[in-house]
Amino acid sequence: MTETDSKILIFEILSDLAPEADPATLAGDADLREELDLDSMDFMNFVVALHERTGIDIPEADYGELRTRDGAVAYLARATQSAGERHG
Amino acid sequence: MPALGADMESGTLAEWLVKPGDRVKRGDVVAVVETQKGAIEVEIFEEGVISEFVPVGTEVPVGSVLAYVGGGAGPRAAAAPPIPKPPTIPPPKPSAPPLITAAPPSAAAPSAAVKITPVARRRAAELGIDATALKGTGVDGSVTLADVEAAAPAAPPAPAAPKPRAGFDPAEMRKAIAAAMVRAKREIPHYYLSHTIDLGAALAWLEHFNAAQAVPQRLLPAALLLKASALALREVPQLNGTCTDGVFRQGDGIHAGWAISLRGGGLVAPAIRDADQRPLADLMAAMRDLVQRARSGGLRASELSSPTVTVTSLGERGAESVTAIIYPPQVAIIGFGTILTRPWVVDGAVVARPVVTVSLAADHRVTDGHIGARLLSTIEHLLQEPATL
Repeated sequence: MTETDSKILIFEILSDLAPEADPATLAGDADLREELDLDSMDFMNFVVALHERTGIDIPEADYGELRTRDGAVAYLARATQSAGERHG
Repeated sequence: MPALGADMESGTLAEWLVKPGDRVKRGDVVAVVETQKGAIEVEIFEEGVISEFVPVGTEVPVGSVLAYVGGGAGPRAAAAPPIPKPPTIPPPKPSAPPLITAAPPSAAAPSAAVKITPVARRRAAELGIDATALKGTGVDGSVTLADVEAAAPAAPPAPAAPKPRAGFDPAEMRKAIAAAMVRAKREIPHYYLSHTIDLGAALAWLEHFNAAQAVPQRLLPAALLLKASALALREVPQLNGTCTDGVFRQGDGIHAGWAISLRGGGLVAPAIRDADQRPLADLMAAMRDLVQRARSGGLRASELSSPTVTVTSLGERGAESVTAIIYPPQVAIIGFGTILTRPWVVDGAVVARPVVTVSLAADHRVTDGHIGARLLSTIEHLLQEPATL
């Protein structure tokens, strides 16, 4: 999964969760929950959507890595790469 | 028109989902009503053939007739039971439809501004139409959804696009909350208790449970807190029910109103029926479903009218504790603060533990602090044995 693909995916999911906000203006290192006013249920839905759209199983212990856009992009890149290596 | 809580006196018929002559059965969603809490789906609790609809755009007071249901034999039945008219309601205006009495005008209603129903306003925005320029055909000349649709440029029908029911008017929502909270503070002598609980066992169990679950099946701590509250109310039923005219009536089940904050402001607390009897996974699914529907539209009238108690959880970004206000005519609200790591004494030693402060606001006309303390103590005990939840 390329960085651009990940950014688009994250943007789409966040736009659904916080339709009145503009995720495009988010700083890459900003805390998504703070900036977009996401509560626990919203954040769970963010993780569920990432899982459903990518097929990546995201352990609960990794949730902290998804708290910023840059963190989520890096996580998805790493997870898809390791999944590809396992299948390759 | 069903009651939608203590703070709602009327709504506006936005859409019929059935046609005159359709056969309906108990539980069918037949209409959408715009309210201060957004678009609410109205279910029916009769069986038969439905007819004589109130026109779309009509303001309908709680208790008024929306339609009639006939069983094919015998007299027809009103789809919603009428309530006696209060003597202060003004006589119907000449343009009012024959089946209902027009609601009293809102004190806050603008006099000169063009009135546009919320769902019409949203639809107009979607279509890029200036709704204020339209001639309204609704009550008092208000612009209705039908007026907006009639002004829309012709377009091929969208294949299976969901109808726009989402959203709400934050100003109207604020009025509804204000009405309920003023009434609560005026009529209900609240007493307050709080208790801090060690959540170490509950969170350890949750971590272990979630590790074995696929992402969508994982639980949030809020599911445990809600289940523990519901089970505790079984032990202390004096806090589960309503109080009207000073008379307490125990709930026919533990139907927990789950407080949900809405993006853009406001909150609703729709009921999760029989919360004490639901497995945790089912409870979590119900919570997610309610949050999704509360924020996108699609809550049902029965969900708003049936809570026997309210539970609120401030979540991980909230404050340490909450001193809540009872939603009348309920007699209690249970509140959970955010989960924090705090020094805690275990076996004589100070250790860091995750703790949560649970609070209770209860109606002193119905119970005393001794009963309230029993509830909080029971919640604490239940959360020490999470596997039993």
